[in-house]
Amino acid sequence: MKIVTESPEATYRAALESGRLRIQLCGACASHVFPPRVTCPNCGKAELDWTEPKGTGTVHSCTVVNRKPDRGGPYNVVLVDLTEGVRLMSHVTGFGADDVPIDLPVRAEIEPDTNRLIFRAEGAA
Amino acid sequence: MTHPLRGNSAICGVATFGLGEAPGFDAMETQTIAAAMALEDAGLDKSQVDGLFGAMQSEFLNTLAFSEYFGITPTFSSNNRIGGSSFLAHVQEAMAAIEAGLCSVALVTYGSVQRSLMGKLQTAVSAAWTRHETDYGPRFPVSSYALMAKRHMHEFGTTREQLAHVAVSARQWAQKNPEAFARDPLTVEDVVNARMVSSPFGTLDCCLVTDGSGALVIARADIAETLKRPPVYILGAGVAHHAKHVMGMESLTTTTAVESSARAYGMAGMGVDDIQMLQVYDAFTINTILLLEDLGIVPKGDGGPFVAEGHIAPGGKLPVNTNGGGLSCCHPGMYGLFTLIEGARQLRGDCGDRQVEGLDTVLCHGVGGAFSSNATCILGTDATL
Repeated sequence: MKIVTESPEATYRAALESGRLRIQLCGACASHVFPPRVTCPNCGKAELDWTEPKGTGTVHSCTVVNRKPDRGGPYNVVLVDLTEGVRLMSHVTGFGADDVPIDLPVRAEIEPDTNRLIFRAEGAA
Repeated sequence: MTHPLRGNSAICGVATFGLGEAPGFDAMETQTIAAAMALEDAGLDKSQVDGLFGAMQSEFLNTLAFSEYFGITPTFSSNNRIGGSSFLAHVQEAMAAIEAGLCSVALVTYGSVQRSLMGKLQTAVSAAWTRHETDYGPRFPVSSYALMAKRHMHEFGTTREQLAHVAVSARQWAQKNPEAFARDPLTVEDVVNARMVSSPFGTLDCCLVTDGSGALVIARADIAETLKRPPVYILGAGVAHHAKHVMGMESLTTTTAVESSARAYGMAGMGVDDIQMLQVYDAFTINTILLLEDLGIVPKGDGGPFVAEGHIAPGGKLPVNTNGGGLSCCHPGMYGLFTLIEGARQLRGDCGDRQVEGLDTVLCHGVGGAFSSNATCILGTDATL
């Protein structure tokens, strides 16, 4: 068995901090994998390599958390399906206190300061 | 062929204590009071208990602490913790342990005084939640269930009013239960207009935050048959879990309750048409709708119209959560055990104003985490053997 020499979670975070989004691709079964793991949750093999996803996806679901105005007001939490087929939790910027429509096409970006992976409506500035 | 675990064990004692508020007590105290009351209900002495099951938020090594506190020395012990469904999984384990001869009289216990302690939901899992979710500020667990509800509304046209009918039906049952914590009148408009928490859920789509303790005594069937109360046979039990996080769920609108219930139906040799009542873990209004679908009561997507037509409320064709559920009876952090207690009480005819007549089978169902685990138990009277 091939054993990774570095924490996949740490590798993922380091990539984000250098401005790149990377996810894993299984060399044995060709599944895309997220969040990062040491073995493939589909086939169990330890043959995960890093790949740069297209950065596109669609909103699978959305909730707006009703935070008090003095703490910054309501914000959205979404699940996004990346084009590569993995689902992740994130935030879509530009919607304020409004719900983000399900099925909305979105594009990934890395939030300045926090280095969080977030999304923006496809085509929006 | 009849499954070897079908009816091998029976619930022979139940108790609740401190539902709502138990000020001044700690959780070990209230849990132990419930355990002693359940043994008294069964007519058994604690020296006869050789199996112990429990899960608690306030005590990681719960069964150890409880054994010391109560003064028992079990030969089989399990602190299996898969969330609020743990106690239904404990029933499955108890059946297997009893069949294997590892124990013969088992206690299942739970206690919490979260309301008196700090007035907010206490959960054992939030601390371990991964950064891949917490970085985005979901409020756990409500936002996870909210994402499921939103997707269900998108796929099937489920409405906030239909969700509200779940809360209103639960409240109508609670009004018949003197033990229930929330018994004021409640309308669909009240629920829809309540302060938003995490859309589409307002405060009244969410379970209560209360204290509460409970206990079950499960005995090998031949022992249960010699005791003072009518045995409530355990006909089938099933457990399923895949993903812990909502982001890891294969489907947001079809849960592993499909699998846990199929296993329970299979063990019981029964189908959904045999089920006369549900006791389900209604942490949020979407739970009851998803479970009506995933337990096979209605086709996928039809849960909303089913509840809006009044079928789960008093007088409806399928009584659900006759104690008022987690939405109106009690929600002391983990509710699963209370589905079993209410199911057993209904089958024994103990339920006063809310008693449903002519009852032989009840399906009890627990969920854990963010619908992360599911556990189903089917209970029946001696007529079902």
